[in-house]
Amino acid sequence: MNRQIVKLFGLVVVLFAVLIGFTSYWSVFDAEALKEEDANKRPLLEQQQIKRGRILAADGTVLARSVPKGSGDSLRYVRRYPEGSLYGHPIGYSFVQEGDSEFEQFHNDELVGNDSEFTSILDELRGRRQEGNDVVTNLDAEAQAIALEDLREAGFGAVVAIEPQSGRVRVMASNPPFDPNRIPYDLTELNENELETPLVNRATQGQYPPGSTFKVVTAAAGLDSDTITPETAIDAPGSLDVQGQELHNDFDEDFGPITLDTALTNSVNTWFAQLGEQIGEDTLSEYMDRFGFNSTPAIDLPSDQVETSGLFEGGELLGPNDPVDLARVAIGQERLAVTPLQMAEVAAAVANGGKLMKPQIWSRVIDPDGRVTKRLDPSEYSQPISEETAAELNTAMQGVVSEGTGTNARIEGVAVAGKTGTAETPYNESCGGGTDENQAWFIGFAPADDPQIAIAATVECTTEFGGDIAAPIFRDVAESILNGE
Amino acid sequence: MSARNRELTALIPVAALLTAGFAAVFAQENASLDDASLVYGAYFFAICLATHFYLRVRLPDADPYLFPLVALLMTFGLVMVYRIDADLARDQANWFVLGLILFALTIQFLREYDVLERYRYTIAVVGLLLLLAPRLPGIGEQVNGAYLGVKIGPLAFQPAEFSKICLVVFLASYLREHREVLIVGARRVLGVTLPPLKHFGPMLVVWGASMFMLVFIRDLGSSLMFFAAFLALLYVATGRFSFVAIGMAMFLVGAWFFASTVPHVHERVEIWLDPYANPQGSGYQILQSIFAQADGGLFGKGFGQALITIPGTDNALLPAAQTDTIYSLIVNELGLFGACAVVLIYMLIAARGFKIALLADDGFSKLLATGLTAVFAIQAFVIIGGVTRVIPLTGVTLPFISYGGSSIVANFVLLALLLLISDRARRESRAAERSGALALEGR
Repeated sequence: MNRQIVKLFGLVVVLFAVLIGFTSYWSVFDAEALKEEDANKRPLLEQQQIKRGRILAADGTVLARSVPKGSGDSLRYVRRYPEGSLYGHPIGYSFVQEGDSEFEQFHNDELVGNDSEFTSILDELRGRRQEGNDVVTNLDAEAQAIALEDLREAGFGAVVAIEPQSGRVRVMASNPPFDPNRIPYDLTELNENELETPLVNRATQGQYPPGSTFKVVTAAAGLDSDTITPETAIDAPGSLDVQGQELHNDFDEDFGPITLDTALTNSVNTWFAQLGEQIGEDTLSEYMDRFGFNSTPAIDLPSDQVETSGLFEGGELLGPNDPVDLARVAIGQERLAVTPLQMAEVAAAVANGGKLMKPQIWSRVIDPDGRVTKRLDPSEYSQPISEETAAELNTAMQGVVSEGTGTNARIEGVAVAGKTGTAETPYNESCGGGTDENQAWFIGFAPADDPQIAIAATVECTTEFGGDIAAPIFRDVAESILNGE
Repeated sequence: MSARNRELTALIPVAALLTAGFAAVFAQENASLDDASLVYGAYFFAICLATHFYLRVRLPDADPYLFPLVALLMTFGLVMVYRIDADLARDQANWFVLGLILFALTIQFLREYDVLERYRYTIAVVGLLLLLAPRLPGIGEQVNGAYLGVKIGPLAFQPAEFSKICLVVFLASYLREHREVLIVGARRVLGVTLPPLKHFGPMLVVWGASMFMLVFIRDLGSSLMFFAAFLALLYVATGRFSFVAIGMAMFLVGAWFFASTVPHVHERVEIWLDPYANPQGSGYQILQSIFAQADGGLFGKGFGQALITIPGTDNALLPAAQTDTIYSLIVNELGLFGACAVVLIYMLIAARGFKIALLADDGFSKLLATGLTAVFAIQAFVIIGGVTRVIPLTGVTLPFISYGGSSIVANFVLLALLLLISDRARRESRAAERSGALALEGR
């Protein structure tokens, strides 16, 4: 029997080795993936025992803070959002059961104080509890309030305001908003509200047809690729036959041979359609890439909560070789879907002499002792167009506000550059399926001669035009930011 | 060094480890060191020392490593259970003492353990009755959907823990007597060696008992443990792998049939295959068990650092941390290294147990030692395998570590039997050596 006993022991050794194998897999090899599992509340629970840092607006207004509950072993911190729904977007929320989102999720490591393994070991030896850092944002409390207030009056939509030289995000508002304090109670309800989708940050996740605001991109590509100069005249008839379908100007107005300034000021469709075809798909696509289209914006928000802008077919991005109706792309139609953040970046790049800075919401990190441990170092994302092209576009966009479709964006004593957009969105279910609804836009910057702020404002499902409903929002927000400085 | 001196030497580091473990838990809880850990360490060492001296007198030749290894497991158990709840640890310490008393009584009165052979059918019936008890009205108790417990007045226990010893004793005795006929009477049918039909009966009874457990007691873990021990013994007794294969096939067919017809069994298997299907409900325990392990990493979070309940509530984050999932808690706090140590201790115990079986002279001793060791090792495998998702999670205890009186007391009886066999086997082999030496001298 001895031989069998030895073999049996061999089997036991094998079985125990399997146990060690599985334990190693769960505890080491698969551990990181397991910590990411939605069902795994452990990382969040452990973080809740740490005093999470505050999130502040640029002026010090507290946007999020943690308050202690219980004591001793059951001590934990619960998140409070003193400003309620005003900063639901883009700050998001952080709760044990419900998880986290947006800014709270992206800056989690700083907020819980996971700076480095070394300092945390030191703190442990000193018997100190891990404590989170405060994160100060660039958000302008006054302008944020005005943006959301204006949106509440105008309709669902979003406003994004970026400081062109630095990429600092000064305003990010999305209507309808949500109150993060209500998340522990209303998360399911908010998630199921598919009509209003209050948890969707429309500034980064709203994918809208850009309408005529896209003509800024077309003009930039035309000028920068030397397809045209500001003096090039193109004949702009009342309508064109493009791929078997008529493409009209408003009221079929025939402008005759005109240059860029006139074409942009009056948002002449037939002019830009021809320009688009002259530029060609490869070149236009390349300029879109340079402006940040076709890739996830480099903002400090979780990438799954930031949508890409570009041409989409059935939810899939189209490549530069897919057949498109270039004339209609050039005027912001076709299958273009863009986010307000992306359009604000377009305006910011033109405002900043052709240099596009990475948009960032955070400004600095302050440790529990009050020291600034990290500071935003503005960095360039790309240089989509030359300084010269930017200056030419700047001039053309000023015409839009001074005498064109965007006169409602005028600010007393300040030169404003901008572009309106009104994309027709008939039979859109989220708008109730009517025929008169538009996606209204305004993008622009001010002061035109020394740009301090670039803004994109959009309103969905409105029967009004961009120049009438979105331009005033731009004006209010820009005024607030310019006056605040 | 004599066997007992080796035992004594081994017990000293174990007591030191227990002291260190308690000191670590105190340090975590009160942020200061406390003399109490030294006091507990001293108590523990005194109890171990008393046991050691008892063994010195009664079983001087018994295996010197088994008791220190078991004491080491008890150290893990006491410290981990204390870390969960001091009151539970007090119970656990009492059971430790009670277990040692039964351990001593077993050694005292079963010195001639061959008598067990004489009562083998009585023992088998007792074993089966013990299994049946939890389903009896009035005394049966249902825990988590399984009928595991018996409650008579203030006394509550889990009979399956004692039943496993009865069944191993019966099987060892039965197979000792019938192994020859099982081997000789075997016939080859269609290339498969079948045991003789006449002796098939008792095997069917064992198969039936484990199926019964599966369906009526709903104790998948014990069922698995019993049947695996049976197959191990059958293999060692006959050396016929085909018997094991047939037995395994029978078990799998039975298990498959019941898994698809009995909802309780079916659910266990479903959870095992896809715990993420219902992460807040049926899959909660196994998922949390795995998440706790992921939280531990290589070195663990340290004593008292892991979360067991959701802070601010009494809701379990790691359900049944003191019993079913105590291994996951060990991984969480002591890391992969701590877990390897635990598994290694079980492996060393198995090695010593099988060594005893190898040394033993007569068939019954050999089979009994093999069966007891196998059932012990398999029990550890079934619960560790359960919480690491190797097999479906069931409610058997982790021997000598999990909180629970029945488990500790029954396993000390098991240990006593192993030491009894060991003492005789080693004494005889030493005597044989001596007489061999004498014979050489006389030539």
